[in-house]
Amino acid sequence: MSSPSDANGDLLIILRHAPHGSSWLREGLDAALVAAAFGKSVSLLFQGDGIMALIPGQGAGALGQKGTAATLDMLAMYDIESLYVDASALDRFGMTPDDLQLPALPVDDATISRLIAVHRLILTF
Amino acid sequence: MRYGLLVQGAPYSSQASHSALRFARALIARGHRLESVFFYHDGVYNAARLAAPPQDEPHLIDAWNGLNAEHGTQLQVCIAAALRRGLLDELESARHGKRGHAVESPFELTGLGQLIDLGHEVDRLVTFAP
Repeated sequence: MSSPSDANGDLLIILRHAPHGSSWLREGLDAALVAAAFGKSVSLLFQGDGIMALIPGQGAGALGQKGTAATLDMLAMYDIESLYVDASALDRFGMTPDDLQLPALPVDDATISRLIAVHRLILTF
Repeated sequence: MRYGLLVQGAPYSSQASHSALRFARALIARGHRLESVFFYHDGVYNAARLAAPPQDEPHLIDAWNGLNAEHGTQLQVCIAAALRRGLLDELESARHGKRGHAVESPFELTGLGQLIDLGHEVDRLVTFAP
């Protein structure tokens, strides 16, 4: 985890969908892993419903999906360590950073706009 | 400027493909270059060669083909997202023991790495999602 001030990576991936019910989260994480495997520095921002991806203890999806908890555990192996979480979404869901599966840094709206400004490429899922 | 587009919506289900096409034509008309369109998520359905919309509706798949023919825009389709959704080209169809194929040139099944490369090569990568 790093503070937003030293983040000026190649790619920011914004994850805005909950883990189950669609393939958005999985396909967004796939893009993150591929970019990291290609040597790009990747940051992740969990925003809105996307913060639900970070709730620990999730199993496979009800629809025979593999689930994304295992993929999240692999992020560190791919050197994806700049993890940010939308602070207002945490509030809205009544969660704190201690409730999350990974150490993500809560960021306010101003910081989110700075994150978007300092990354070369933004992909939103 | 050099542009790339990322299309994540299926044709006719959402506005994403139609808007992407209009944007593509507009930027070319302004003298910019559209290097490539990358199809991901449900956007891979834009590569379905058997699409047969009613004749009084825009034929989006033909329109993508036209962009390639007239302007050399590459049409790249995420292979993992496409195979899951039954969009195989001749090679993948044979490899998986299937009959028939749904994707043909100029659409090209390719890896997500191409999207990352595209995003870093062009001046602007614009996403169209539902």
